[in-house]
Amino acid sequence: MISTFVRAVAVVLLLAAGQTPAAARVFDPETFTLANGMQVVVVTNRRAPIVTHMVWYRAGAGDEVQGRSGIAHFLEHLMFKGTEEVGPGEFSRIVARNGGRDNAFTSHDYTGYFQNVARDRLEAVMRLESDRMANLSLREDEVLSERDVILEERRQVIDSRPPARLREQLFAALFLNHPYGRPIIGWLHEMRTLTRQDAIDWYRRWYAPNNAVLIVAGDISAAELRPLAERTYGAIPARPVPARARPQEPPPQTARRVELRDERVQQPNFSRLWLAPSYRSPGGEHAYALEVLADILGGGQTARLPRALVEERNLAVNAGAFYDPDALDQTTFGISASPRPGVDIAALEAAVDEELARVVADGVSPGEVARAIQRMQDSAVFGRDSLQTGARVFGQVLTTGGTIEDVEQWPERIAAVTAEQVNAAARAVLRPEASVTGLLLPRVRR
Amino acid sequence: MNRTSRIGRRALLRVAAGAPALALLRGAPAHAAAAIERVSSPGGIQAWLIVDRSLPLLSLEFNFRGGAATLPAGKEGLAPMTASLLTEGAGDLDTQAFNAIKEDRSISLGFGGGVDAMTGSLRTLTRHRDEAVRLAALALNQPRFDAAAIERARARMTAAVQRGANDPQTLASRLWFRTAFPDHPYGRRVNGSVESLAGLTRDDIAAFHRARFARDNLVIGAVGDIDAAGLGALLDRIFGGLPARAAPNDVPAATMAGTGQTLVLQRPLPQTYVLFGEPGLLRADPDFYVATVMNHILGGGGFSARLMLEVRERRGLTYGVSSGLAAYDRSGLILGSFSSDNARAAEALAIVRAEWRRMANDGVTAEELADAKSNINGSFPLGLDSTARLAGTLASIQYQDLGIDYIERRPSYIDAVTRADIQRVARRLLDADRLLVVAVGQAAGLAGTPVQDAG
Repeated sequence: MISTFVRAVAVVLLLAAGQTPAAARVFDPETFTLANGMQVVVVTNRRAPIVTHMVWYRAGAGDEVQGRSGIAHFLEHLMFKGTEEVGPGEFSRIVARNGGRDNAFTSHDYTGYFQNVARDRLEAVMRLESDRMANLSLREDEVLSERDVILEERRQVIDSRPPARLREQLFAALFLNHPYGRPIIGWLHEMRTLTRQDAIDWYRRWYAPNNAVLIVAGDISAAELRPLAERTYGAIPARPVPARARPQEPPPQTARRVELRDERVQQPNFSRLWLAPSYRSPGGEHAYALEVLADILGGGQTARLPRALVEERNLAVNAGAFYDPDALDQTTFGISASPRPGVDIAALEAAVDEELARVVADGVSPGEVARAIQRMQDSAVFGRDSLQTGARVFGQVLTTGGTIEDVEQWPERIAAVTAEQVNAAARAVLRPEASVTGLLLPRVRR
Repeated sequence: MNRTSRIGRRALLRVAAGAPALALLRGAPAHAAAAIERVSSPGGIQAWLIVDRSLPLLSLEFNFRGGAATLPAGKEGLAPMTASLLTEGAGDLDTQAFNAIKEDRSISLGFGGGVDAMTGSLRTLTRHRDEAVRLAALALNQPRFDAAAIERARARMTAAVQRGANDPQTLASRLWFRTAFPDHPYGRRVNGSVESLAGLTRDDIAAFHRARFARDNLVIGAVGDIDAAGLGALLDRIFGGLPARAAPNDVPAATMAGTGQTLVLQRPLPQTYVLFGEPGLLRADPDFYVATVMNHILGGGGFSARLMLEVRERRGLTYGVSSGLAAYDRSGLILGSFSSDNARAAEALAIVRAEWRRMANDGVTAEELADAKSNINGSFPLGLDSTARLAGTLASIQYQDLGIDYIERRPSYIDAVTRADIQRVARRLLDADRLLVVAVGQAAGLAGTPVQDAG
């Protein structure tokens, strides 16, 4: 569990890292839209003659039909299986031959594809990527063999890892109705039944230029990119794409607890998730304050939870908090802690409860808020130190209902957060009935 | 960002047991390479610098030769524990005071303890540089090693060891290295065991700190918003107070044992994790570039590599399979791994062995060679999009003594590799029957010697 949450925190920080102090421009991107409706964002960075080229589709596991879980991720894999012009597996080989690196990723809200290449190879990868946007060609044997690959992926990244199995259960317990409760990779029994036709249906439904965002970061300007984009993606006609209407959560009624006992667990873990608003969901006025709250609770060794649990009370070996505001629908706020060897997990949970009760009852101080804001703004410059960060931030925001302005104004909005707002957000979100608590425990063989 | 995690198409290679940085070395953009300056501080500390004013920040990466392998048996875990304690209070700052400054000033300062070297990194905004330098100097020269901080580190590392106690990759790595190096420090556990961690004392920590952090075993790379004079002054403040000489780094050459064995560790897992390897090359070996290209085609080149093509793309037997050169200071290895369904792991291993033989017997085609060269050289600058990565590369090049013009010359080393070279080196290195194979899981039909624990 803990490594998962550490990663989640890193993601939040990464996003924070994309920002600069108030009043400065953040990434200062250029943007335009092709005639077919495809949005284009360019983040110029002339440090080296290289570019990151990404296409993000506004479709992810949260858009799947019930019973077909895993199809968004399966299609991501199958996008490498060729078109009429490019044979199976050739895509990555051509990118490699051009000195590039490529991969893809799937979340509940988006599916993305990227290539990192030298500037002079950009048009070559744009031709490839636009070709598979319109001309995917799937052979039955290729589909079946790749289905075995995703089944192996599931066994490797979830079924072999007790913390990942527990997390899957936690999200399933937290979301009663929304597809965020289903694993991105899919439930095993449904993955096994996915077919070539499922993949083709998914592809035809969502993979259209008007449902995609092109993001290029690096040694290029919008004026230089536009003709390339028009020659490649611009030639693909727009198609009607359905609205992303997902079933929403009912008001939560009761706190839930999930325990996973496994004989392979030797290091227990405690975690808790709450339903929380995202930037764009109802209650989104709390989102910026929740980012500050996550930093105050878990954003470093001197944050509240690590200081209290690890250093002062010697109960935990680590403790953290995370919050993920970039989601199309209601999202999660979470905390996690691992007990010191020999410490009873119930004692750790009681201490966590005390810390949270203190936040809700007494609130955080203006000084804590000021320090958090400063750190979040400082981390901006570090985010601009990498070519990927800006591209990723725009991809996430633009596929979850946000705008370029949302990114560019982030520092000012964070700077405007007050202690009163953090406290109001904490009271609104840290409610027992909106939570699920997870315990990862050893199973003692008798 | 998504709700939980993103999942991607490619399994990243998990490098076994603290593989050295240089196995992952990537090149820099040519224009950056041209700008490397040698800086010698007034106090005589040497560093390489690339001035980059595009952002108001500075990245410093440094290595001290000699790590966990210099320690006697029984002190496993001491190297990383010492490294982590450097930032847990120093001088008149206790843990909370030290970290409060560090976090409030957004200073990244961290140390690591590897098998061959101790590592450090510092990253700071220009406006907080003075405080960053003060913290780095305190951490290196006056760490407190307070009793409470030691106990916290011991608890944290013990918990981490327990977390890995049933992790197939951790188990396989332990068993593999213990078998390959039964009488050498490379066979020991860098991060320690519950027992070894329990026995480490403050005296051990203080002595290891004195032994390994010195001026004569130090290499430094710096990139960012600073000039040579500014860097020189900074180097003296951070490193000038260290002892002139480190204790000897007299780790003997390590010859791999256990070749040809297949060891099976039964565990109730849905998949079998397989780790395989045999002797490779030291970084200084003249055939290292040939081996790099050979391995790229065999298993290092991602989706284009033969192993990925045959085991995953053609047969769907795994999510990811790869091989890599692991050039430790005293031993070179070629290592690979995959996870596969218990019922099919034996088949996947048979294909890996067949690919090993095919490479040894037939070498590579002209097209494969050309593609590999264009990928290796073309992707050269892609990994260097941040000041920290570039600084790390500068430190690595010095650590391996590759020369200040290495970044410019590396493409020509790769381009010079011929099919005949690869055939020769493949025959020299790759022997499918000599692989030491460790399998953790419940593989059906995978013949091997059963072992009870990973040691």
